[in-house]
Amino acid sequence: MDSSRFEKLSDNAWRIAPFGAMRVPAIVYASESLLGEMDDKVFTQVTNVAMLPGIVRASYAMPDAHWGYGFPIGGVAAFDAEAGGVVSAGGVGFDVSCGVRTHLTSLTRKEILPVQEELANALYACVPVGVGAEGEIALGEEDMAAMLRGGARWAVEQGFGRAEDLERIEEKGCAAGVDAAAVSEHARNRQRREMGTLGSGNHYLEVQEVLQIFDAKIAKAYGLQQGRCVVTIHCGSRGLGHQIGTEFLREMAVAAPAFGIALPERELACAPIRSELGQRYLGAMRAAVNCALANREIIGHLARQVFARFFGEDELPLMFDVSHNICKTETHLVDGAARELFVHRKGATRAFAPGAEGLPATLAPYGQPVLIGGSMGAGSYVLAGTKESEMRAFSSACHGAGRRMSRHAASRAWGGRQVVDELRARGIIVKSPSMRGVAEEAPGAYKDVEAVVDCAEAAGLAKKVAYLTPLICIKG
Amino acid sequence: MSKPDCAAAGRWEHFAHGADLGVRGFGATPADAFVEAARALCAAIVDLATVRCEEAIGIECEAPSLDLLLVDWLNALVYEMAARRMIFAAFEVSLAGEKLRGRAFGEKVSRERHAPAVEVKGATFTELTVREDRPGRWRAQCVIDV
Repeated sequence: MDSSRFEKLSDNAWRIAPFGAMRVPAIVYASESLLGEMDDKVFTQVTNVAMLPGIVRASYAMPDAHWGYGFPIGGVAAFDAEAGGVVSAGGVGFDVSCGVRTHLTSLTRKEILPVQEELANALYACVPVGVGAEGEIALGEEDMAAMLRGGARWAVEQGFGRAEDLERIEEKGCAAGVDAAAVSEHARNRQRREMGTLGSGNHYLEVQEVLQIFDAKIAKAYGLQQGRCVVTIHCGSRGLGHQIGTEFLREMAVAAPAFGIALPERELACAPIRSELGQRYLGAMRAAVNCALANREIIGHLARQVFARFFGEDELPLMFDVSHNICKTETHLVDGAARELFVHRKGATRAFAPGAEGLPATLAPYGQPVLIGGSMGAGSYVLAGTKESEMRAFSSACHGAGRRMSRHAASRAWGGRQVVDELRARGIIVKSPSMRGVAEEAPGAYKDVEAVVDCAEAAGLAKKVAYLTPLICIKG
Repeated sequence: MSKPDCAAAGRWEHFAHGADLGVRGFGATPADAFVEAARALCAAIVDLATVRCEEAIGIECEAPSLDLLLVDWLNALVYEMAARRMIFAAFEVSLAGEKLRGRAFGEKVSRERHAPAVEVKGATFTELTVREDRPGRWRAQCVIDV
């Protein structure tokens, strides 16, 4: 995007003054170089979001923003029900509650390397990945209802996880306000054999080494030690969430005119929070959040079983689990007054400040861990929420590197085998059922994750804590 | 109806969209273009030549406009493939007003034989178009979330 279209607020923040039907300004957090790399569609989409009813303060785009559906990926927007605000299925996306969790281990690279190949094979065999993969758990009607209401808590009760994990998951592993009846039969059918499956695309399970610590005090509080390895899982609510997204996107797009909402594009499909449709979506979406939380908890359990076999170590304490495609009810300060808002984060991570309500007591003094997934080659980051982030973007930060190249272009530029071999030469073992899938996820298809997190830190969205580099990557 | 040829040459293509992929089908009629768009959808997942047309699944959709009907058709295929753990490669479509009746032909997905590249989460309204580019040449397209 051309920076001359923006008012420069700082080296890492750019404002678009309201024009046309915009109700609030739009603010893009990016360095000049990241801004230059962003597609013009981000400009269109971040300003379109600013036109939606009841939006508060501004429509935001994070440093990893790219062209999405309706909302940009990396979009953040908060709505006030009292002011006629909306909830948007497009603002959450198809993969409801897609997110990241990181488990700690006491293992070093030196201990992993002698069994790296065998460990990669065992994880690949144990965690169902890719299209058509089925989990061991077959959900009947009663189990489905219990899972939708209980989330990770349900998974723990079933023996797929540890009770102490729950404290380290958003909402203690269980989203409130679920309306299981709003989850269609089709959504349930898609999920019956998908619990504990990773999916495909950019979803992964990685064994990573903590290569660098940026903030020793926070890293220590999070349990991160340089040279130790962690297990990180990136996936979401699987078929159930995809189906809920599909169904409500259509229903909201068709219903919008009846609500008097003029959608700048259909993908912004939304409904007033205080409408039957809005409430039904929120109830279904929260059920999908619980599905995602349960799914990641089960995959964490499967990883623990493999690590127990190899190293006799099965604790793998959970550092944190956080979603990045979600709408949450949160209280934020707006012009000095506390307001209850429906915060949409689409490809953006919640980044609560130190002392924020809802953080586990052991983490509260340091801020919420913000887990940033990089590409297979470039590594990942752990950030911490900051006080400034509340005013910057309702306590939100980026979620990944963001693509710089389409899947189409990536699969033409690289071969899957070539990517696997190049990464192996760098000490990273990749296992995937699809070489084309690997090519589409080639590290070169992504932006520089370091530039993204540096910008997030400079903009005050979150603080850098640690850098992780992969040793094993299981791709769907 | 006779069984369509799974290996038939297609009049479909993919187009780039940010993190995802666009599917586009061409045909002499909207129904033909819908068939080709469906082939483009499945070609995003697998090489169509690897799919055996062993089983037929019936699909019916209804929508207030042709473009919404395309999204519904593609999403019905996504649902059937996910729920049945199948992959499709050939299709039949007939359109009557706001209603679509179709059949999808394929088989159970095999990780080894099909090596599916991506899971399609859903068809979207982005770049959604069903139009007659010139007499006798229809286009049906949208972006799919993968």
